[in-house]
Amino acid sequence: MTTILKVEHLEKVFGGLTAVADVSMQLKNDELVALIGPNGAGKTTLFNLLTGVIPPTAGMIYFREKEKLVSINNKKTYQIADLGFARTFQNIRLFKNMTVLDNVLVAMTNQYKEGFIKSVLRFPSFYRTEDEILKKARDLLAIFDLDKDMYKLASNLPYGVQRRLEIVRGLAMKPKILFLDEPAAGMNPEETADLTRLIRQIQQQFHITVLLIEHDMSLVMNLAQRIYVLDQGKLLAKGTPSEIQHDKSVIKAYLGEEG
Amino acid sequence: MIVLKANFKYNVCWLIIMIAGFYIMNTLIMIGVIDSFIENMFVTIWINIILATGLNLIIGFAGQFSLGHAGFMAIGAYVTAIVTQKAASLGGFYASFVIGVIVAVIAALLVGIPTLRLRGDYLAIATMGAAEIIRIIINNMKITNGPAGMFNIPQFATWPIVYIMMCVTTIIIVNFINSRGGRVIKSVREDEIAAEAMGINTTKWKLAAFVLGAATAAIAGSLHASYLQTIAPNDFGIMESISILIIVVLGGVGSVTGTFLAAVVLGVLDTVLQDFGTLRMVIYAVALILIMVFKPSGLLGTWELSIRRLFNRIKRRSV
Repeated sequence: MTTILKVEHLEKVFGGLTAVADVSMQLKNDELVALIGPNGAGKTTLFNLLTGVIPPTAGMIYFREKEKLVSINNKKTYQIADLGFARTFQNIRLFKNMTVLDNVLVAMTNQYKEGFIKSVLRFPSFYRTEDEILKKARDLLAIFDLDKDMYKLASNLPYGVQRRLEIVRGLAMKPKILFLDEPAAGMNPEETADLTRLIRQIQQQFHITVLLIEHDMSLVMNLAQRIYVLDQGKLLAKGTPSEIQHDKSVIKAYLGEEG
Repeated sequence: MIVLKANFKYNVCWLIIMIAGFYIMNTLIMIGVIDSFIENMFVTIWINIILATGLNLIIGFAGQFSLGHAGFMAIGAYVTAIVTQKAASLGGFYASFVIGVIVAVIAALLVGIPTLRLRGDYLAIATMGAAEIIRIIINNMKITNGPAGMFNIPQFATWPIVYIMMCVTTIIIVNFINSRGGRVIKSVREDEIAAEAMGINTTKWKLAAFVLGAATAAIAGSLHASYLQTIAPNDFGIMESISILIIVVLGGVGSVTGTFLAAVVLGVLDTVLQDFGTLRMVIYAVALILIMVFKPSGLLGTWELSIRRLFNRIKRRSV
């Protein structure tokens, strides 16, 4: 398996607070990796660094582009997204007043061209591209059972479905890596079980790398092939789920020392 | 090709409506129902529609609160005034449209690149300032005849030309909204951070909407100058920007149909109230306040007239 994302000695300092300190990690092709840690450990900050929302104070981020690892430190969010990064947000960020279909079509923006003159004057080729992209979006929605809600506004969907739509919207970008920021937050056990199935299905069907932040340990232990544990900005441990479950320092960080 | 065939029917319907509108107007003028006073009212309404649809694209669809629309209108108006005074021919008039649009696009790029990073009220103030700068430059130039303004501008913009230009700009804007570009600018309005994470260069797309809106404002300005034959820098001050904004807000931010309705309602109200003298502005203001109190989202909210939906409803009823 080849490395797709490589992070070296990444650091982020906000004022006097070190949110992420000296984090190094690697993600391989088709891997499902979880990132866990207590509240305020810097997980979301790390996500924002990797997706270019905020620039790192120090360290390097490399991404595999045509068989070569290329630095993406100075790239903007939309450029990084274009390379094959998709993400969801901790507090859902759908385009609320747009339909489910439009949400997915926006994610596909960079996969088709219409041209200003062609779309404004409604050339036949405009309808052709529109037809094609609509079909693609519909097919994708059908896989995740969202096609029946296609013309509903995103804000009118139930909470669990909104979460699902956000993931599907990420997939519509045809990403190489999918970042999921607490996808199970606010879900009941039943919805969490559905989500577990959904993530597994995505990984098998679409062959992409998934990096997942999650507090729900049943989900993490069920899904993750490898786990990184973050505490107070530092990488505390890494390993397989069973290794992490028996790691002394992880137990200490979560439960405190045995007294 | 399913989409093409289905849409062909609706597009033909819209075309028929536009042509019918033209001939109804034409007949009413010929039989004398519409005199020059009412014709003037219609032309003013149509020019306001061009202006307000462009502004609605920027505010309602791209979500960028701009208060500088009158500045771009001034550019179009002065370019047409200057060019048609030098070359008083229909060719010169049409050339002035193109030049006006080009100048307005350049101005919109110069204004938009630094200001569109700002949000909300800050952007409004910055664009308002930019429009004032345009007005003051015009006020101090020799070629624009300074504060006195320009008069004796040859009248090439007759009502049919204004009507056709209104149809053309509306088609351009509505088609843009219902295409890839329109979906993208709406996503930028909804959530800039999420749009950016979808690989969308939000600054570029905000600028695109801003420039397109400015270009249509320049066309409206050209028509305004050529139809009224006199213009002065004070016609394009902050009050003009605000009266365009009123049409957009009243009709519904994000509804082109609403913009049409509001422009007609306000245009007719304005004409009818002329008999009331000074009371006019009071009644006008009260009408605005009442609409905003009882329908804060504007007359139509984000509702759009769609022939497709109309067809479907008729079909369902007959089944």
